[in-house]
Amino acid sequence: MTAEYELRLYVAGQTPKAARAFANLRKICEEHLRGRYSIEVVDLVENPALGRGDQILALPTLVRRLPAPIKKIIGDLSNTERVLVGLDLRPRQGLREAS
Amino acid sequence: MAKNRIDRREIQKAPTGIPGLDDITFGGLPKGRPTLVSGGPGSGKTLLGVSFLVNGAQQFDEPGVLITFEENADELADDVRSLGYDLDKLVEQKKLLVDYIHVDRSEIEETGEYDLEGLFVRLEHAIKEIGAKRVMLDTIETLFGGLQDTGILRAELRRLFRWLRDHKITAVVTAERGEQMFTRQGLEEYITDAVISLDHRVHEQISTRRIRVVKYRGSTHGTNEYPFLIDRDGITVLPVTSMLLQHEAPSERVSSGLPALDEMLGGKGFYRASTVLLSGTAGSGKTTLSAHFVNAACARGEKCLYFLFEESPQQMIRNMRSAGVDVQKWVEKGLLQFHADRPSRFGLETHLLQMHQAVELADPDVVVMDPITNLMAVGTTTDVRAMLTRVIDFLKTRGVTAMFTSLTSTTQSLEHTESMISSLMDTWILVAVSEQERRRDRLICVLKSRGMPHSDEVRSFRFTNRGIELLPARKARAKRRKS
Repeated sequence: MTAEYELRLYVAGQTPKAARAFANLRKICEEHLRGRYSIEVVDLVENPALGRGDQILALPTLVRRLPAPIKKIIGDLSNTERVLVGLDLRPRQGLREAS
Repeated sequence: MAKNRIDRREIQKAPTGIPGLDDITFGGLPKGRPTLVSGGPGSGKTLLGVSFLVNGAQQFDEPGVLITFEENADELADDVRSLGYDLDKLVEQKKLLVDYIHVDRSEIEETGEYDLEGLFVRLEHAIKEIGAKRVMLDTIETLFGGLQDTGILRAELRRLFRWLRDHKITAVVTAERGEQMFTRQGLEEYITDAVISLDHRVHEQISTRRIRVVKYRGSTHGTNEYPFLIDRDGITVLPVTSMLLQHEAPSERVSSGLPALDEMLGGKGFYRASTVLLSGTAGSGKTTLSAHFVNAACARGEKCLYFLFEESPQQMIRNMRSAGVDVQKWVEKGLLQFHADRPSRFGLETHLLQMHQAVELADPDVVVMDPITNLMAVGTTTDVRAMLTRVIDFLKTRGVTAMFTSLTSTTQSLEHTESMISSLMDTWILVAVSEQERRRDRLICVLKSRGMPHSDEVRSFRFTNRGIELLPARKARAKRRKS
């Protein structure tokens, strides 16, 4: 079962930041990608070796594994506009003003 | 480690294993703390850090983790392999772990709050995996290019260095030199334990690498700038005050090139890997004696490196040919190499450095420096003596037999001009010209020669069309009685 949007959220433990990021991601996906996405949460505290594969440095990091190319978005995903740009769901233009 | 044996005034040190660096830091980097190494591009900071890790893993049983933000792991391995480090092997043996963290701003979108916990998790995981005691972060400032929120970054770096200290990790953190500060991002504010600065300067077309310990909390350290070399053996910081007098002392003997002189030296000549001082006034035959020595060494198939501080190689070869010693043929056979330099061209340290390099390159069995007295003009006698000590240490460690010629002035006493260097020498030979009754007598004697019975005679010698020839001992004595 491969979804069109294969997303992976890296976190380290059950931190408020991690919970916030997951909640924000769910909300955005339900609004913009309903039925076309899958989310896998990777806790690096449990699986530290997994951090290497996706070159994880900052946390939380959202990785768009599909569709290609791979995209990375770091932070608690509180800025919906930026998340949408990062996922290529919104063109980059017009963002400068917003940020 | 037994706690009661720790020197309370000085903190514990983690040796780098880099020749010379452990001397100027009196033992190495602060153990269990981060050290900042700053320098411009190509200044050797990555190599310094890698040497620290590799030596730690190989010599001090301290596995290391290399986190690189710069190159990818393969490129890095290739780079250091050219300097004789086989990272792959160490990685295989679980003595080293290389983690490449790629940061590219164009690939990363930032939204909201984040931290660098990912780095911490990876670092901790890597450290645990191989039981690392040492860590290198190269070059941490790359993060400033990769992430936009410098506020978060700074707070996280501060946390990282604290984390390293808490985990008792000896770390080398490399950083780019800044315009005003030691590092571009002012990282020296966070790492206050030790700061080392590297420099690569070109002055009058001569490039010299220099290293300086800017700060070392809780420890004394050499404050000067010291030249260092990067060659096939990695980094060497000068002075190499290898204060350990632990050279091999071979009992093998090598000929002086003159059977009659060998006779005076316990019948067998010099010891291999010993040092010979050849003193004499101008025109007394020092260079010719050196040429005989070189000639004999090359005839045995050994490699010679001849440092000239007065003449050009062509001049020396021509003069020796007319004196009856042909060294040209050894040059052609590749056994004899010259290294000619005006002493006044650079400072002593640079000379020392170049000698090191030349010796490393030529890998000779025999070295001649002719005349070392010319170097005296460059520095004070103390400096020259210190430099010669280092040269001699270096040559002895390599098993090189070395001959130094020294020009004695006719007005000053021998003791005055040479007492300071003669003690460094194993054998001291004096050549002199005595003028009596309108006759010039050339004389040679062995003033000292450690570890062998040597002749106390003063022998006469003459120049023939085959170089120097010592006259029979009795004849010399008879002559003196007559006069």
